[in-house]
Amino acid sequence: MLKHALLLTAFCCAGIVKGQDKPLVLKGALVYPVSGAPIPNAVLIVHKGKIERLGPAGTPIPADAITMDVTGKVIMPGLVDTHSHLAGPDGADASGALSPDTRAMDAVNPTSDGFKKALAGGITTINIMPGSGYLMSGQTVYVKMREGKKIEDLLLVNEKGVYGGMKMANGTNSMRTIAGFPGTRAKSAAMVRELFVKAQEYKAKIDKAGKDSSKLPERDLRMEALVEVLTGKRMVHFHTHKSNDILTALRLSKEFGFRVVLHHVSEGWKVADEIARAGAPCSIISIDAPGGKMEAVNLSLTTGAVLSKAGALVGFHTDDGITDSRLFIRSAALMVRGGMTREKALEGLTIAGAKMLDLSNRVGSLDKGKDADFLILSGDPFSVYTHVEQTWVEGIKRWDIAIPADKAFLTGGYDVYGADRSEFHHHESEEGNAE
Amino acid sequence: MEPTGQNFITTNRKKETPNKLSNLVNMKRNIILAIFICLTPFFIHAQIAIKAETIYTVSGSPIRNGVVLVSKGKIDQVGLASEISIPSGYKVYETKVLTPGFVDARTLVGMSGSLNIPTDQDQLEKSGPIQPDLRAIDAYNPEEALVKVVRDYGVTTIHTGHGIGALVSGQTMIAKTKPGTVETVTLQPLCMLAMTIGPSVSGNFSSPGTRAKQMAMLRTELIKAQAYIKKQADKDTSKRPAEDLKMDILAKLLKGEIKALVTANKANDMMNAIRLSKEFNFKLVIDGAAEAYRIIDDIKAAKAEIILHATMARNDGDLLNMNRESAAILTAAGIRVSIESGYESYVPKTRVILFEAAQSTAYGFSFTDALKSITLNPAILLGIENRVGSIDKGKDADLVMFDGDPFEYVTKVCTVIIDGEVVSDTCK
Repeated sequence: MLKHALLLTAFCCAGIVKGQDKPLVLKGALVYPVSGAPIPNAVLIVHKGKIERLGPAGTPIPADAITMDVTGKVIMPGLVDTHSHLAGPDGADASGALSPDTRAMDAVNPTSDGFKKALAGGITTINIMPGSGYLMSGQTVYVKMREGKKIEDLLLVNEKGVYGGMKMANGTNSMRTIAGFPGTRAKSAAMVRELFVKAQEYKAKIDKAGKDSSKLPERDLRMEALVEVLTGKRMVHFHTHKSNDILTALRLSKEFGFRVVLHHVSEGWKVADEIARAGAPCSIISIDAPGGKMEAVNLSLTTGAVLSKAGALVGFHTDDGITDSRLFIRSAALMVRGGMTREKALEGLTIAGAKMLDLSNRVGSLDKGKDADFLILSGDPFSVYTHVEQTWVEGIKRWDIAIPADKAFLTGGYDVYGADRSEFHHHESEEGNAE
Repeated sequence: MEPTGQNFITTNRKKETPNKLSNLVNMKRNIILAIFICLTPFFIHAQIAIKAETIYTVSGSPIRNGVVLVSKGKIDQVGLASEISIPSGYKVYETKVLTPGFVDARTLVGMSGSLNIPTDQDQLEKSGPIQPDLRAIDAYNPEEALVKVVRDYGVTTIHTGHGIGALVSGQTMIAKTKPGTVETVTLQPLCMLAMTIGPSVSGNFSSPGTRAKQMAMLRTELIKAQAYIKKQADKDTSKRPAEDLKMDILAKLLKGEIKALVTANKANDMMNAIRLSKEFNFKLVIDGAAEAYRIIDDIKAAKAEIILHATMARNDGDLLNMNRESAAILTAAGIRVSIESGYESYVPKTRVILFEAAQSTAYGFSFTDALKSITLNPAILLGIENRVGSIDKGKDADLVMFDGDPFEYVTKVCTVIIDGEVVSDTCK
């Protein structure tokens, strides 16, 4: 009965959402706006790809609106995955340990099957990262799960005017025993500092040139990207696990004044106060069991609780394929198991991640004027028995469990996913030399 | 205990000369006290009563407001709280939910360590593709960090041993996850023979390089074992073969004393395993079985048993076509399913069957069947259902206490008991 009703609504809406000419009203759900308290029996009004209004029962509905009854369902903002390797961003280029000029956007396949996994898991915004295994593996790319044939269709330009960050790493992840790569932690830091000193010099030349373009230094793709990092335009996304490595990342960030999001942060619980004092946001990952590599042996499901209690901004990531995009909500739920509050965990899946990508003006909560990215869930977000039933991106329904072809991307099955091995991000080899 | 000891020494010194008798009495009293204190935990552990709002016995219907009495490491009584009186002296636990300890049908915990460095990886010997003589008990490390990790999540019995990636990688064993030495934790030193059919073998050895060669090599070895068995039975004892450790184990397989545990995921590789088991008439357990849903009739006809890959396994390589609804599909077709943690080469270094079974309920598997797939079903598969797998009188007291629905993400495992002893009492 319920299924039929859903099918019917899905059918009814199909024509409307494309046009976006009429407002769409979702009525009756328990809505978690994230920016405020949950609203039972809510009225959510979406128009032209944006949130027009969210209010309690009785909120006036525009006369020409199409209404969708979602009584009994739960609605929350589309999820923000702050660190994924979906859609073949490639590892970093083995020609060097520091590649600030390489862009993930030039590698990502915009029509990848992997994005179906993201949609089935309720993810609508993704930071796709190159790497891992290098000190600086290149520029990341921020994408929205819109339908598109080219990467430009998916790009998300943020508040700072860029659509990606800079991926860095330290600890055993980025050590190699081959020429041109660091073999120790101190050498790792020295190589990074040397590069940033050069970038500071390059930036000084630009500053000195002022408005006189004839005095500008010669174009240098590596330096240009790093100047964006130095000016705070481009966020550094820093893979770091062990507590000493985390503090090194913070030390470098302080020395050169770059903005940093700490990623993985497995031993963040050991240095939570230091992280909070530095004001560094943490993008963390939930792993079912510790280990698998030396830097992950102290992974804990209490990390989210400890960091958020210390006052750090905590978000989550899938690191797909380390964890599966279809299970992203589960990552947050496991951190609730580890003591994180439900509120902080919901923020971690949405607005916290948006802030880490400088995209909180557009995504991460259901506020008027923001992108209409939202999920319809069958129940409590943190229950194993709950399904994402629909994933909407900018007012368009992109995934629906009631459509068998869509559901197949959730369950898998024969010939559902293509055999493109580049979809899968393998870390196995990257640790080999160092450990 | 320490203060008593210190007191004993000082008392001893003070009273050395004046009163030897009183000293002796004192000493005796202190020794008795010390012994009593030492033994107290064992007395408590030996007799436990658990009051639970819900007891999932697995063998029968759930009991609401029930009690389980544990004595001498075994389950002594199970029933309604209103019908069982708790004897005095029992340590009483109260919990929302009680389940049997979980049985992992196939794991590499204790063989493939958490550090993932060469010295803690004992699951795969690459000196040859067929090594049935490798015993799991000679490698299993009961103190490996991951043993505790899974124990804390309620896994009390594991079928572990040699890994995937060789035609015959070695033997498997069954162990309790309780602390101890391999001698004290082992339930069965030899359980099955671990084999792999499929492309992963070719990545580890220069030969076999193809599927046909894999089968040819296995058949050759099994034919040798047939001849070995025949020679062993020769009436003329001088004609009997010299003992051959490899052949001894293959002979056990062919005589039906142990089962073959064949890791195969693609339908064609599973069919190769079935063809081999028919030709040599051995008992077949297929592990992984990602495409089992495509060959259900063949599996049933061959009476092959199934250990299904983790629900959240990566749909990669051989598992590209895996279906998260497999457990439900196979069970509906009448195949008994055990969900395994399996093998992980990277992060996480092991999966946890509690989480994998929980996840299967989101893909059409019923709560009851999911719980069975990590308790009674694997116990039957491993032939240890008289010992573990359900909460029944006489079975090992392997029990798990939860603060809510065992499968919910946010529910915690709070106490784990193995053989009547509390091995974990921190909520996780």
